[in-house]
Amino acid sequence: MVQKLDWLDETPSQTAGPYVHIGCIPTFAGLAGIYPEDLGLSPIADGAEGEIITITGAVFDGTGWAIRDAMLESWQPDAQGLFTGQPGTHPKVSGFARFAADGESGEFSLRTVKPGSVALPGGGRQAPHVALWIVARGINIGLATRIYFEDEDNSADPLLARIEQRHRVRTLLAKRTAPGQYRFDIHLQGDNETVFLDL
Amino acid sequence: MADSPLNAPLIPRNRAIHPVPCDPDYKTSVTRSPNLPLLSMDSTPTEETGPRFGHALIGPLDNNLILNWTKGAAPAIGERILVHGRVMDQLRRPVAGTLVEIWQANAGGRYRHVKDGYLAPLDPNFGGCGRTLTDDEGRYQFLTIRPGAYPWPNRVNDWRPMHIHFSVFGQSFGQRLITQMYFEGDPLIDRCPIAHTIKSRAQLDRLVAPLDMAHARPHDFLAYRFDIVLRGRRQTMFENRPEGM
Repeated sequence: MVQKLDWLDETPSQTAGPYVHIGCIPTFAGLAGIYPEDLGLSPIADGAEGEIITITGAVFDGTGWAIRDAMLESWQPDAQGLFTGQPGTHPKVSGFARFAADGESGEFSLRTVKPGSVALPGGGRQAPHVALWIVARGINIGLATRIYFEDEDNSADPLLARIEQRHRVRTLLAKRTAPGQYRFDIHLQGDNETVFLDL
Repeated sequence: MADSPLNAPLIPRNRAIHPVPCDPDYKTSVTRSPNLPLLSMDSTPTEETGPRFGHALIGPLDNNLILNWTKGAAPAIGERILVHGRVMDQLRRPVAGTLVEIWQANAGGRYRHVKDGYLAPLDPNFGGCGRTLTDDEGRYQFLTIRPGAYPWPNRVNDWRPMHIHFSVFGQSFGQRLITQMYFEGDPLIDRCPIAHTIKSRAQLDRLVAPLDMAHARPHDFLAYRFDIVLRGRRQTMFENRPEGM
């Protein structure tokens, strides 16, 4: 026998199910009035500094079907690369948003400020990115990924550098479709399977 | 508030104690689970920071699902229960001031959702969601009604056990967790393919809330206790130094 460690395992995850909207974005789910407004409607307020962008996309299952019941959350720094809670953060950037796939088309949309690169405590910087967390019926533990931008310098990003199959890097790059407009599709399986993260 | 320091790395997630991503008995998971391995690395400031929510967000009835849909005008139908517990991290530190959100079916097993067509009726006095912030010791409580079991389209005759969905933020985005609480003694737990996506019986048992008569109120409500453990942070004197130094 050895000494006993006293730390705990995490509580296990369970799927968010098809009705996640009731708990997380009740107004969207048709429960208007139960709260004044849904949480995380926008990651920015009027006056946020930086380039205002819109990222649209969809979450595709292994058959190529855009799933209609996903809920997504995003977390990002301001244009200077600072997260809420860190000193000097821009007051008009909360950095957090919640949004759902459209019930008819499966499309989602995020209007935000383009994030800055993020300093790492050990030196170096992460390229500009938005962290994403995806839950839905059939997803047993929330899927984490990141939106990087094809028009930024991603060459020194430590996470992207860890992707062995270099052709998979593009699954994390939002494509610029017009000024201020980006497309970011998420593929749960298949030839273009998105790189999902464990960090 | 027992804040964790920013930039302390998160303890890596032990995926073995979580559900398997793909389980043929839970059919929808088959096409919605990544086939390729996750990219694993140490957490970064992106995961070590996270959104914060203040008391201004929370209305006085937000944690009372018996009354919040009607703004107190009429109580929901069903067995009245208190659901309470603590949110802590893996190192047993309380997670204070964190947002806990719940949602559930009504007493008949019906959700107030456009896509739920089960024949059990909606309760005009029940919405089905609630939220609260944990106190300085990580404690939370909700007053609600016991949700009903209900059938769902999977195998021909699958029924969900009574359950309440929980969403918890923690203090950093990498701690984010959604799970479900089950009720002690429910025979449907053992038959549920969603519950059994968790392959460790000991881990599944951690989602089963015991009846807690010490917190039940005579002639008013029963109580169930549900504690939640989120990822912890490494705290050694060697953190935040470049690799190899």
